[in-house]
Amino acid sequence: MKIGVCVKQVPAKDAPLAIDAGGAWIRESDIGFETNEPDGFALEEALRLKEKHQGEVVAISMGPERAKQTIKEALAKGADRGIHIADDQFYKLDPLGSARSLAAAIKDENFDLLLTGLQSDDQGFGQTGVLLAELLGRPHATIIMQIEVADGRMKLKRELEAGWFQWVELPLPAVLSIQSGINRPRYATLKGIVTAKKKEIATVARASLGVTDSPTQHVERIYVPQKTKKTEFITGQPNEIAAKLIEKLKHEARVL
Amino acid sequence: MRILLITEQREGKWNKVSYETLSAAQQIVQQAQGTLTGVVIGKGVAALADELAGSQLDEVLLVEHDLLEKYTPDGFSLALRQVIEGAKPDLVLLPHTYQVRDFAPKLAASVGRGMIGDSIAYRYENGKLIFVRQMFQGRTAADVVFLGDAPWVATFQAGAFRADLAAKHASGKAPIKSVHVNLTPDQIRTKPLELFREAKQAVDLTQAPILISVGRGIKAPENIPLAEKLAKLMGGEICASRPICDEGWLPMDRQIGSSGQTVAPKLYFALGISGAIQHLVGMKGSRTIAAINKDQNAPIFEVADYGVVGDLFEIVPALIEELEKNKAG
Repeated sequence: MKIGVCVKQVPAKDAPLAIDAGGAWIRESDIGFETNEPDGFALEEALRLKEKHQGEVVAISMGPERAKQTIKEALAKGADRGIHIADDQFYKLDPLGSARSLAAAIKDENFDLLLTGLQSDDQGFGQTGVLLAELLGRPHATIIMQIEVADGRMKLKRELEAGWFQWVELPLPAVLSIQSGINRPRYATLKGIVTAKKKEIATVARASLGVTDSPTQHVERIYVPQKTKKTEFITGQPNEIAAKLIEKLKHEARVL
Repeated sequence: MRILLITEQREGKWNKVSYETLSAAQQIVQQAQGTLTGVVIGKGVAALADELAGSQLDEVLLVEHDLLEKYTPDGFSLALRQVIEGAKPDLVLLPHTYQVRDFAPKLAASVGRGMIGDSIAYRYENGKLIFVRQMFQGRTAADVVFLGDAPWVATFQAGAFRADLAAKHASGKAPIKSVHVNLTPDQIRTKPLELFREAKQAVDLTQAPILISVGRGIKAPENIPLAEKLAKLMGGEICASRPICDEGWLPMDRQIGSSGQTVAPKLYFALGISGAIQHLVGMKGSRTIAAINKDQNAPIFEVADYGVVGDLFEIVPALIEELEKNKAG
């Protein structure tokens, strides 16, 4: 089974975010980046499928030079090779533009299965998997909690809302968006990190893919959201905070 | 502006976010001037079309086909593409449900357009429609506009608009029109099988008056008993955000948010929860919200009545001590 998995690099969870001079993105200097957590579940699922059905796992990431680190981490965990689609300003792409670029870069790979995480923790479009399927002419399913492969078909457990699930069947080749929590992603081993250094990362400039940019949407500005409620902040030493908060919950909000 | 609102039902029951999005669509139509057409799609759903026609809109399109009885992304995209090509709307609005996120980007791409997904609000300024969505897990908001030609496709997050504010039809009922769509079984590559629920819900968190909820800030499963002790002293139940249940630190039936339970207790006390939108939609209707978080910019403070910026491992033991002291006294 030849499996492609899309992994994105995003600002670290605890990175302090400041808005850049352009007003439509964050200041990228002085902050740390990490692999988008939802994509870690997709990578783990790809590695498990390879262990069961043999084949190859290819980690694909679009972004500036730093995005290579996310590919390297995937290689250290067990992916066989990487594809880096280089673009310093990829954050300006709309969901369709991103997907068109990814599709152009990987269409000749003819993956049996292409996996993505549910959404990215930065832009959070949550559309890449579905759009890749449409652009590559493949069937898809999203929010997947279990994958069983047999005889060129998959039986999938999809999560619906409010505690409901559904089984669906899908032929291969296909595209799946993986729900967070489907598995426990592994850590890279020391041996994995050493072996990863010998693995291939093919870099292709996004500009060379021949994708015409015709954005369908534009982010005018980003900003810290306005509060909808007036929060009363309680300050002091822990014991003072505790006494004040309980007093307020009892006598002001009357909920205790 | 011609707006097409695509509603969602499953097995003849509304997904209630449909009416929230109807409410948004009615507001936009009022400001932008134009027409609002509702769409009900499925099989044997004429009664729902009839019900929808009682709301303030210009027309309801009933889209029925044997192959639309069960949802598939192929069936729904192909059918709705034909509806869009027939109705020629400027704006297609959908509720941002799990089902919609499964097919709407594909539907938009199939007509060569993009989708602005998961908006929490909109503004109509000088003839321009601006969608507000969240980025960076709710730490920033973004104003997003469409570029290029209509139709534009947009979805609204659950809880962004109030379903109870959706207006009834001013003079009885909007006309209902059946729309024929062409679909063949070979076009549908997904085979939908049974719907099911996992283990019975052991606890009904919706009935608990007080909920103590833990997030990533709790750091390790060994720390859960600390929150449980607080819950016990406050007379509440313990619950959590998704990552905690994904890790198995608390069972899945204790999860609050879009994939878990929606609650509105008297008191919701969030410990170490940053407040991603998926979590907020499950609890923002709570009467009183208190939150402890080390990050003063955490989105949970946007909905909190009482906030403490600090280390929960210092504050929670102090709260426990205070409650025990009160009890003893």
